[in-house]
Amino acid sequence: MHELGITQSIVDIAERTTRKHGGGRVRSVTVEIGELSGVIPDAVEFCFEVCSKGTLLEGARLVIETVPGQGRCPQCQTEQAIDNYSFACENCGAFGLERVRGEELRIKELEVD
Amino acid sequence: MCIDCGCSERTGQAHHHHDHDHDHDGRTIRVEENLLAKNDRLAAANRVRFTRHGLLTLNLVSSPGSGKTTLLETTLRALKDELRFAVLEGDQQTSNDADRIAATGVPAHQINTGAGCHLDAHMVAHGVDHFDLDNLDVLLIENVGNLVCPASFDLGEDSKVTVLSITEGEDKPLKYPQMFRAAAIVIVNKIDLLPHLDFDLDQCRQFIRQVNPQARIFELSCRSGAGMDAWYDWLRAQVAAKRQQAQS
Repeated sequence: MHELGITQSIVDIAERTTRKHGGGRVRSVTVEIGELSGVIPDAVEFCFEVCSKGTLLEGARLVIETVPGQGRCPQCQTEQAIDNYSFACENCGAFGLERVRGEELRIKELEVD
Repeated sequence: MCIDCGCSERTGQAHHHHDHDHDHDGRTIRVEENLLAKNDRLAAANRVRFTRHGLLTLNLVSSPGSGKTTLLETTLRALKDELRFAVLEGDQQTSNDADRIAATGVPAHQINTGAGCHLDAHMVAHGVDHFDLDNLDVLLIENVGNLVCPASFDLGEDSKVTVLSITEGEDKPLKYPQMFRAAAIVIVNKIDLLPHLDFDLDQCRQFIRQVNPQARIFELSCRSGAGMDAWYDWLRAQVAAKRQQAQS
């Protein structure tokens, strides 16, 4: 359940950033979670209410944008959509697909009163 | 920028009528910060510290019961007169494993994570304060038994070592690909039990290769001693390389 720590980071970063920008109540927080990041968006949502209680984010809307996985074959360089269970290149069958997108774990923006 | 609503109005070039009697939806603040940034910063600091001391650092991960602690005990007993080790033990509760390591005569420190399912770089930074890094060659970190969460957390180690015991089944790499992908080394443990199980070693190797073609694989048994020499030789070579790197 590393999502608890991840969600705590969302709240910490959002609070620090809000204070730096003059404070206020956070209305919404937008985060990017890559589908290859090993973090489950539902679990983050589940943790968010607990983690945000008593902070500037209490009652804020959590917007999660998921980023689909994209990989590149080390052999033939074909780019393709991948998930955690894509091991072989769809074009040439080589293993060890390089991940070019989908491992993101990032807080993008805040909407503050 | 308009300081009332934070919109990007440029002086003299209003992009919308801006008399401030409209209802604002609040200010938008761009953040663009990695959620693991704090851990990664601390991990980078750990890495610099370990490299400065010429310390080889391995992060051992696996399911509970794969034999990490026994592998450590056996390795320490075999090599402790030759190399200087210390062990950080991560567990949710108890100091059982640290006690077992301490019984080998090697310094050990227990980190209890409580409800935590993995070690993070911050815990490791404080954990190593218990050791004299100037007088060490190898730091072994035994992570919490968990094949999921430890994959996401850099501790500043040189490599992750994933231990898979053959009683767990050959398809573990396919079931927990993140962990096997993150590892530079995979140890297939308890091979003395092969005659008693339906475990397909060839298939297991293939599954590891599918997930991580670069992984270095060791197949060994702490009980029979099979395969241990290759593991010890690899450790010796890594320590030598690390020393050279620290001197250059």
